[in-house]
Amino acid sequence: MGTQMTDSHRRFLQVLMSHGILEGSAVRALHRHCCEVHKVHYAHDKLDDFVNVINVHLQSLFMQIRKGMSEDDGRQYYALVNLAETEITKMASDYAENELELFRKTMDLIIQSDNGFAASTSILNLSDQLQSKKMKKKEAEQVLQNFVQDKWLSEKDGEYTLSTRCIMEMENYICNTYQDMVNKCNLCGTLAIQSQICDTCGIQIHLPCVATYFKGQTDPHCPNCNEFWPYEIPDSNTAINQPNSPQLPSTAPKEPPSAVRAKRRAVPSTSGRRPNRS
Amino acid sequence: MEECSFTQTQTPSQVRRNLEKRSPEQVDQKVGEVLQYLLVKDQKKLPIKRADIMKSVVKEYKDVYPEIMNRVGRTLQQAECRAAEEGHLSLLTEQVFGLQLEEVDTKNHIYILVNRLQRVEGDNMRVDDNTGKLGLLTVILSLIFMKGNVAKESVIWETLRRLRLDHGEKNSEFGDLKKLVTEEFVRQKYLEYTRIPHTEPVEYEFRWGPRAVKETSKMKILEFVSKIQNKDPQSWVTHYKEAMDEAATPARH
Repeated sequence: MGTQMTDSHRRFLQVLMSHGILEGSAVRALHRHCCEVHKVHYAHDKLDDFVNVINVHLQSLFMQIRKGMSEDDGRQYYALVNLAETEITKMASDYAENELELFRKTMDLIIQSDNGFAASTSILNLSDQLQSKKMKKKEAEQVLQNFVQDKWLSEKDGEYTLSTRCIMEMENYICNTYQDMVNKCNLCGTLAIQSQICDTCGIQIHLPCVATYFKGQTDPHCPNCNEFWPYEIPDSNTAINQPNSPQLPSTAPKEPPSAVRAKRRAVPSTSGRRPNRS
Repeated sequence: MEECSFTQTQTPSQVRRNLEKRSPEQVDQKVGEVLQYLLVKDQKKLPIKRADIMKSVVKEYKDVYPEIMNRVGRTLQQAECRAAEEGHLSLLTEQVFGLQLEEVDTKNHIYILVNRLQRVEGDNMRVDDNTGKLGLLTVILSLIFMKGNVAKESVIWETLRRLRLDHGEKNSEFGDLKKLVTEEFVRQKYLEYTRIPHTEPVEYEFRWGPRAVKETSKMKILEFVSKIQNKDPQSWVTHYKEAMDEAATPARH
């Protein structure tokens, strides 16, 4: 396999960079398009190899194209993420100091919530408590809209959650900042924001992972402690367990399931739960 | 690679001594940061001053600036070694991103990134506020070229008015049209906006800015005009010759 970057790789990177994040099928179409434009060999099953060539070159720049799953529909996405935690990120340059503060506070609310959502009213109530510079509610509303448009947040019925792009790009930051307050999905091993939590052992599972894992089961049980799983099982209309290429980084390194289980047993039973809000 | 030389105020041995104070990882990190900085600025089409790179990114690593640029080349495992100070950085942006680092102002050291790849149909770049603005810009660049590479401000406004774009009114697509054309496009180095000497009342004129010269060409603009007018580009004899001459000149800057 060649490791040399060609113009097809560069075009691919430019387009992905302009969007920040692209859904899997769009990425596959882009792969084909770029190979055709520059008349290089196109193999539809070699997308991850193609991306890997770019990643080898991005490594020294602390950037990477990652593959991640949407917490909403379980579909696969590709995003160009920044691995270095510096103030020169795209987001930091697009927003003012108080807007970034509002974002951090919104993130706090989302992480501290039980279901991974924060109501718009609770977020807007923060606007006059900002330390950097207070904001009018109207302004804050506009800023929230911008966060959604720039794909940092996603909105559903007046409630906000972290977007797929945000989770992929900020996974390390979120894990470091919130440590014990966030958990990885018991099934896929990546950060879980919107999830179902086992009442007994406290493990968390993404909704799309729940859908796939319990598909067709009438009497679902927790994959960790085997207690009854008391939630409604979402429909699985998209295939999420596509075979992951071993070489392409997904958003987090997977721990082998046995190790996860052993670790979970070794800690007190409430460890998996989010702390109660005080 | 050790023999790489670089033209800078510091001698290689000075840089080497300074370098001993830092870990290679720290310098690597800076290299990545400089590139990110360039890319972020480029997304807004803002020119990049070397002084700003120094102030906002390189900071206390100023004493190893040449090495930062040098290491960019080395991490790429390029056999080629360039002496120019910015050589390695431009090598990297070009190798990985297909973007060329161009100095548009050699006195104040101002750089822009120019895309080496032509946009083609089906690229599906993100459509945002800038997409429409670039359409408007193409119209203005065409006008300037067709008027002999310089156009009076009043001519530009008159033509835009015929396209139902009034520079005195707020536009839903472009906002404050006058501000966009005379400030934003000028700041981005797409247009030059200068006062015509000895005019009373004061009059201004427009020319292509250095970014326009590097991002597009006279031939491409002529092709755009001929498509709109549904004529052969060669029917504008002098413009066609000028565009051909420009294309025949290897370096257009």
